[in-house]
Amino acid sequence: MSGVRALVGTKKGAFVLTSDGRRERWDISGPHFAGWEIYHVKGSPADPNRLYASQSSGWFGQQIQRSNDGGRTWEPVGNKFVYDGVPGTHQWYDGTPRPWEFKRVWHLEPSPKDPDAVYAGVEDAALFRTTDGGQTWQELAGLREHGSGPRWQPGAGGMCLHTILLDPRDSGRIFIAISAAGAFRTDDAGKTWKPINRGLVSAQIPDPTAEVGHCVHRIAMHGSRPNVLFMQKHWDVMRSDDAGESWHEVSGNLPTDFGFVIDVHAREPETIYVVPIKSDSEHFPLDGKLRVYRSRTGGNEWQALTKGLPQRDCYVNVLRDAMAVDALDPCGVYFGTTGGQVYASANAGDAWAPIVRDLPGVLSVEVQTLP
Amino acid sequence: MIRVVLPAHLRLLAHVDGEVKLDLAPPVTQRSILDALESRYPVLRGAIRDHATQRRRPFVRFFACAEDRSHDPPDAPLPDAVATGAEPFLVVGAMAGGC
Repeated sequence: MSGVRALVGTKKGAFVLTSDGRRERWDISGPHFAGWEIYHVKGSPADPNRLYASQSSGWFGQQIQRSNDGGRTWEPVGNKFVYDGVPGTHQWYDGTPRPWEFKRVWHLEPSPKDPDAVYAGVEDAALFRTTDGGQTWQELAGLREHGSGPRWQPGAGGMCLHTILLDPRDSGRIFIAISAAGAFRTDDAGKTWKPINRGLVSAQIPDPTAEVGHCVHRIAMHGSRPNVLFMQKHWDVMRSDDAGESWHEVSGNLPTDFGFVIDVHAREPETIYVVPIKSDSEHFPLDGKLRVYRSRTGGNEWQALTKGLPQRDCYVNVLRDAMAVDALDPCGVYFGTTGGQVYASANAGDAWAPIVRDLPGVLSVEVQTLP
Repeated sequence: MIRVVLPAHLRLLAHVDGEVKLDLAPPVTQRSILDALESRYPVLRGAIRDHATQRRRPFVRFFACAEDRSHDPPDAPLPDAVATGAEPFLVVGAMAGGC
């Protein structure tokens, strides 16, 4: 029987959760890298036992860890992330220019074909790539230098490049998103980039429809339809049907359209998931009820999924990289909370149960479907 | 023989138990200790000093002989007690709160 491996990054270490295809009983290993912030752990689609982890510390900086055995053992690889050339400045919170400074890796996106090739999204926002299994990293500087970089400004969590989507049909096309600059696309494997934010409206910036400056929280894509993108913005859930050339709002009947995560069902490209969060500053579920919302129509019409989720006194958040789906049938959906719970649904969201409930605050969840 | 004490996070990272002992020619300085330390444990590159600037990371401190040497020039000779191994050179994660 096939199995599932969930890779959970937390504020104090990484955890690897494994189950068979029934997804009822889970083994938990960890903490790996105890005491370090693990922003993201992700496996190579080309070799599921090859994992990469971003290990970070406010004291001791960035490490990248690599596993060749599905997370049982790890080895540190290269941690030198140096911007290409003289990096120049972006805007600081007060609008003054501030030199680019590397802080941490938020997201690791392994190539679908080559276990040694990985993209890294970093703070201050830039995209790096390794082709030697993480030993060395080179910046794809065309993004930072495409022209709008000096106008980028950090969101509350820092100026992070947090989303990397690789088009499975076109190796030259990559989508990325930055808080708070917006979404960008390259069609030539990272040499040149353009902002893809037409249709986004953000009342929090001087020109609500500006080319850049939008606080995009997350973008999701279904591999069978790479031109269709779904976005959870600071406010608004958005959809694009033309690879980001234009966006339209699909928040519909959501009780609040603020949130961080968004993901797509593995088998139904029009079925999407979000977790609405109260904001601007509270960042917890409305009315203390933790609810995932599912749309089977690609947005606009949303259904609250509550079975098995706490419906009173719940004040956790679900951060932008903390939702994932598996490829089994029925589709499994997973998310982690800042309260340390990882919830799973083995029936596409109809019912939920915690896999584990007392981890450190969860920063990221990724899921591998194993043969 | 120089004795270096690393904080727990870096001992874990470098798979080090107890003190690190280094043979160094005089003059013994912060830079010569850190160069030798990073040469033996490459994983520590970037964890104590910034990769690009080689400056001490903001929340890393250097203590020796009960004094804070964090702001000393990196090429300033360290006390004889450190150079002879009578006293260790301490790399410390700053007491900076956090969560």
